[in-house]
Amino acid sequence: MSPLERLARLDRRWIFLMMGILVLIPLLWPLKMEIRPTASSRTFHRAIAAIPDGATVLMSCDYDPGSIPEMVPMTRTAMRQLWEKNCKVVVTVLWPGGPGLVDKVIEDVAVADFPGKRYGVDWVNLGYKPGNEAVMVLMGQGILTAFPNDYRGNLTRSLPIMQRARTYADFPLLISISAGYPGTKEWVQQVQARFHLPMVAGVTAVSAPEFFPYVQSGQLVGLLGGMAGAAEYEKLRNESGDASRGMDAQSLAHVFVALCIVLGNLVPRRRAGS
Amino acid sequence: MSLHPSPDLSVWVAAFLTLCIFSFLYRDNPFYKFAEHLFVGVSAGYYIILNFWTVLVPNLGEPLLASFQGRGVVAARDGMFAASLGDYRGWLLIPALLGLMLFTRLFGRIGWMSRWPLAVIIGVFAGLKTTGYAQGDLVAQIEGSLQPLWTGDPATTINAIIFTVGLLTSLLFFFYSREPRGAFGVVSRIGIGFLMVGFGAGYGYTVMSRVSLLIGRFQFLLGDWLGLR
Amino acid sequence: MKREVPLFLTAVIGVFMILSFFVPHQVVSVPGQFLQLTAVIVVSCGYVLGGANVLRVNLDAIAKQQPGWIYKLVLVLSLLATVAIGAIEGSGFLDPGRRSRWIYDTLYSPMSATMFALLAFFIASAAFRAFRVRTVEAWWLAAAALIVMIGRVPIGDALTGFLPPALHLSSIQEWIMNVPQNAAKRAILMGAALGVMATGLRVILGIERSYLSGED
Repeated sequence: MSPLERLARLDRRWIFLMMGILVLIPLLWPLKMEIRPTASSRTFHRAIAAIPDGATVLMSCDYDPGSIPEMVPMTRTAMRQLWEKNCKVVVTVLWPGGPGLVDKVIEDVAVADFPGKRYGVDWVNLGYKPGNEAVMVLMGQGILTAFPNDYRGNLTRSLPIMQRARTYADFPLLISISAGYPGTKEWVQQVQARFHLPMVAGVTAVSAPEFFPYVQSGQLVGLLGGMAGAAEYEKLRNESGDASRGMDAQSLAHVFVALCIVLGNLVPRRRAGS
Repeated sequence: MSLHPSPDLSVWVAAFLTLCIFSFLYRDNPFYKFAEHLFVGVSAGYYIILNFWTVLVPNLGEPLLASFQGRGVVAARDGMFAASLGDYRGWLLIPALLGLMLFTRLFGRIGWMSRWPLAVIIGVFAGLKTTGYAQGDLVAQIEGSLQPLWTGDPATTINAIIFTVGLLTSLLFFFYSREPRGAFGVVSRIGIGFLMVGFGAGYGYTVMSRVSLLIGRFQFLLGDWLGLR
Repeated sequence: MKREVPLFLTAVIGVFMILSFFVPHQVVSVPGQFLQLTAVIVVSCGYVLGGANVLRVNLDAIAKQQPGWIYKLVLVLSLLATVAIGAIEGSGFLDPGRRSRWIYDTLYSPMSATMFALLAFFIASAAFRAFRVRTVEAWWLAAAALIVMIGRVPIGDALTGFLPPALHLSSIQEWIMNVPQNAAKRAILMGAALGVMATGLRVILGIERSYLSGED
C-alpha cells in the first residue's frame, strides 16, 4: 500500500491529535511571530481614540462563554482605551449566557488597572434582555424603559451614569462586541440605520466577512475580526493579552488545516460504501 | 517552566468537565454523556431563572404591582391605565396574559391559544426585520455601491471596477427567472467565481474562529488549572 | 377564531411596526414601544416555556426508563437545582460569591466553551476528508481559502516577508477581503434583504402561515 493510500484510510483521531499538539506547543514555547495591524484594526482603534474625553459610550457585549477567546480580549482592550480617556461606559448584553461573564471581565479590568473607577458612576452593566431587535428599538425610545433595573438589581434611573444616558442621542459611539445573533448586524439594521448612531464592531472571525460591506458603506467605522483582530488591537495598544499569545498557535493550526486540504485532494478517492 | 496547579476546587471541577467533553474526540463515553447532560440541564435552568429575574420581575411584575397600588413611573399622573412613553401600568396585563397563553402549548387541547402570543411576536419581528433589512441591508448597501469608478489613482480605480463587476455579476447570478445561456451565462459564471472567492475567504475565517476556541480552552487548562509558567 | 385572530394580530401589528419606522409622533411611538415591550416579555416567557418543555420531555423518558435515562436524571436534577438555587437567591443571583454564580462560572461557562472548542478538531478532519476540489469554481474557493487562512495569521508574513510588501500574503489576503469577497458578500446581503422583505410582507399579509402549525 502506498503512503497516499495509507493516508486515505487514516483514522480521524490522528488528525485530532496532531491538531491538539500543534496548538499546544506554541502555547508552551511561544514562537513570537510578529503581529502586524491591518487597516481595519487601525480604524477601530482610531474611532475610539476620536471620542471626546469623558464622553459616555454605549458598549453592547453580545456573546457568551462559547466565544471567550475572541471576544474577551477585545472587550478588555476597548475598556482600557475608553477608561484611559475617562469615558463612561454603559454596557448591555443581549445574549442570555453573557451577563455574568461580561460583568466579571469588566470588573477584572477595573480592579487590575483602574482601581478608581466606580460602578454606577464610570460604568454600568445593564445586563440582559431577550427580544433581540425589539430590545434595540425599545432602547432607542428610552433606555430606562428597556432596563428599569441593571444587572446588579439597582434602579437604573438612580445611577449617576444614567442621568445623561437616556437615549441613543446621548452617545457619540456604539461599540458592538458580538458573537452572532443578536449582535452587530441587528445593531446596524435597527440602530445605526434608524437612529444614525456611529458604530464600530468587534466580531468573531466566522462572521467577520459579512461585515466588510458595512465598513465599505460607512455603516461601521471600524471592524475587528476574530482573535487576529483582537491581537492587532492589543498590538496597537502596546498590550500583550490572551489574543496576542494565541496567534502562534493560530498560525500553526492554520498551516495544518491548509495541509489537510492539500493532502486530502492528493489521496486516492475512496469508493462509495468503503 | 514550572507547574503551579490551582488550589481552587472550582478550577479543578471546571478542568474535569472540560476534559470530559474533550474525551468525545476519542469516542463517545459515559464521562462525555454525563457532562453533556449536566450542561443541558444547567443551561436550561439558568435560562429560566435569568429570564425570570431580569425580565418577568422588573419589566412586568414590579410595574404591574406598582400600578395596582396606584403608582407608576411618572408619579404626577394618576390612573391604572394612564399610559405614556415608558410607563404602561395596567396595560401590562396584556403581555402578562399573552405570556400565560404561551404555556397552553404544553396542553394539547387548548394549545391553539398559544398562537395569539406567537402572532404578536411574529408581527413585531416581521415589521422590525422588514424595515431593518430594507434600510440597513438594501438602501445603505446600494448607496455604498455607488462609488466613482475613476478615482485618479490606478490601483483604487482597478479595485473599484473589479468590485463593481463582481457585485453586478454576483447579483445577476441570483436572477433565476432566466436560464444562464449565452452572454447572460458568461456573466453568471463570472458571478459564481466571485461568490466562490467569497465563500473561500469565509471558510478561511471560519477556521480561524474554530481554532481560537480551542486555543482558549488550552489557555485555561495550561494557565488557570496547571499554572504552567 | 383559532386561525383568523392570530392572522389579524400579525397583520395589524406588523403594519404598525413598519409605520413606527416612519412616524415619530407619539400616537404611533407609544403603542409601538408598548408592542416592543410586549414582545420582550412574551419572548422571555418563551424561554421559560422552553425550559419547562425540556423538563417534561426528560421526565417522561425517565418514567419510561428509556435507554440512557440515568443521564436524563442528571439533566433533570441539574435543571431543578439551578432553578431552585436561583429562585432562592433572588435578583442578585449572579452576584460574586453566590451559589448560582458558582454554577455559572464552574459548570455552565467552561462546558459551553469546550463544546464549541471541539469544532476545531472537526474542521481539520473535515478539511482532510471532505474538502474536494473537482471543478474550476472549487479551485477558486480553495485558492481563496488557503490564501486567507495563511495570510490572516503572522506565519503568512513570516513566509513571504522577503517579497515586496504588495506580494505579502497578508496584503493579498486583505485585497481579497476588501474587493472580490466584499463584492460577493454585498450581493448576498442585498439578495437576502430582498428575501427577508418579501417573507416579512408575506407573513404580515397572511400568505405565509407556517407559524400557525398544528390542527385547528
